[in-house]
Amino acid sequence: MYNPQLNAQGQLQHLLSIEGLPRRILTDILDTAENFVSVTEREVKKVPLLRGKTVCNIFFENSTRTRTTFEIAAKRLSADVLNLNVGTSSQSKGETILDTVNNLIAMHADMFVVRHQQSGAAHFIAQHVPPHISVINAGDGRHAHPTQGLLDVFTIRKYKPEMHNLRVAIVGDVLHSRVARSEIHALTTLGVPEIRVIAPRTLLPSGVEKLGVQVFHNMDEGLKDVDVIMMLRLQNERMSGALLPSTQEFFQTFGLTPERLASAKPDAIVMHPGPMNRGVEIDSAVADGKQSVILPQVTYGIAVRMAVMAILGGGNAA
Amino acid sequence: MILPDPEQLLDQLYSQLKPRIHDDITLVGIYTGGIWLMEKLLQRLQADFDRDIPHGKLNTAMYRDDYARRGMKTAAQPTHIPFDVTDKHIILIDDIFYTGRTTRAAINELFDYGRPASVQLAVLINRGGAELPIRPDMVGAELPLQAHQAFELSMNTLGRLSLSVIESTPSANHGADVDV
Repeated sequence: MYNPQLNAQGQLQHLLSIEGLPRRILTDILDTAENFVSVTEREVKKVPLLRGKTVCNIFFENSTRTRTTFEIAAKRLSADVLNLNVGTSSQSKGETILDTVNNLIAMHADMFVVRHQQSGAAHFIAQHVPPHISVINAGDGRHAHPTQGLLDVFTIRKYKPEMHNLRVAIVGDVLHSRVARSEIHALTTLGVPEIRVIAPRTLLPSGVEKLGVQVFHNMDEGLKDVDVIMMLRLQNERMSGALLPSTQEFFQTFGLTPERLASAKPDAIVMHPGPMNRGVEIDSAVADGKQSVILPQVTYGIAVRMAVMAILGGGNAA
Repeated sequence: MILPDPEQLLDQLYSQLKPRIHDDITLVGIYTGGIWLMEKLLQRLQADFDRDIPHGKLNTAMYRDDYARRGMKTAAQPTHIPFDVTDKHIILIDDIFYTGRTTRAAINELFDYGRPASVQLAVLINRGGAELPIRPDMVGAELPLQAHQAFELSMNTLGRLSLSVIESTPSANHGADVDV
């Protein structure tokens, strides 16, 4: 089957979505990321892999955090980094995506990190770049955010190495969440046997069960005996219409409080992709509590993004 | 070609290593074969000197000069140097010495951890063919090999080392733990 992310040798050429990637590729990325975790503990926090290469962050939709972590990852690989916030740049003057990209190719960019509010934007760019250029999807609409999914499973593997034995709950605004989609695909591909989603009916996409998840509408039932809780951010900016009565009511029913956390296994870990809405989807006592691994997620995110860039950036020379 | 028993070569290597041990000596093994050798050498050192010698593990994948050609070699074998390398005398340990490019990568990586007082190289086998001004200081055996061949060191489940020669093609080299 044709997969736009793989080259003729079956190696990763672009990272656009976790859906459709074989388990060996995911495992390769996670194993490679293990090697990058320790780079930040050294006197020189850089390795020379992407020396002389230019990584271009093209953000059609703003995201300071994601852009920053990609930027740090590229710099720790010794790449030069160009940041383009296209929302505030030529696109507002009427330039098309491909004209923007072609201009950057003419400036000899080697890798594109793309965020766009439209699903499929990174895929579209990947189809139009020459073969020596790689594209990484840093979030496209409601579709995918593959490096977030990868860093989440990397974090889970760090704390709960026996992934074939886990019960994982994803909680909150699944409807608008590209993160949730990428997480579900990553967990399924890596063999996690039980994935639950917990959300009000209005914040679940129709047919979500087809992704291989169990659906719950009640926190206490859904969290019972889980090993991992993955909270999602309530995406106010993507909300249109009356999906929720209010954020306060959402917190009453679906907020992760210490009392609700007690339904999970005693050693369960709590994750959140950030930025957090404290008092909306998560209580501060949980976010800052001892079961929270939210900040380690950020640290591991850099190692995982380094791994993706290192895998994409090598082996291109004839 | 009759291949020697690597356990005997290790005796040879140990006899050269032992007189060099002093207070500031540390050992750093290079994945994968170099780590096996280092662990065997550490056991002997522990018996002879009755103390732990600081030691670490090095994965040169992030410093290799063939990355642009061959890509990232993936394996979850992180570099781990649990001591400050500055002012230490470091003995690097690898299984096979060939072009010297792995050693070059290892030295570059070490220097990103600090400034060692000195770096020496101990290898089980020097197969000849250096392409850089780098040579091992301690050698279990000099065993010249043809360019299309490669030594492969392996360890069985009982921890015993064995040596074989494989006919290497460019694609067979890829990812295997051979002396490139």
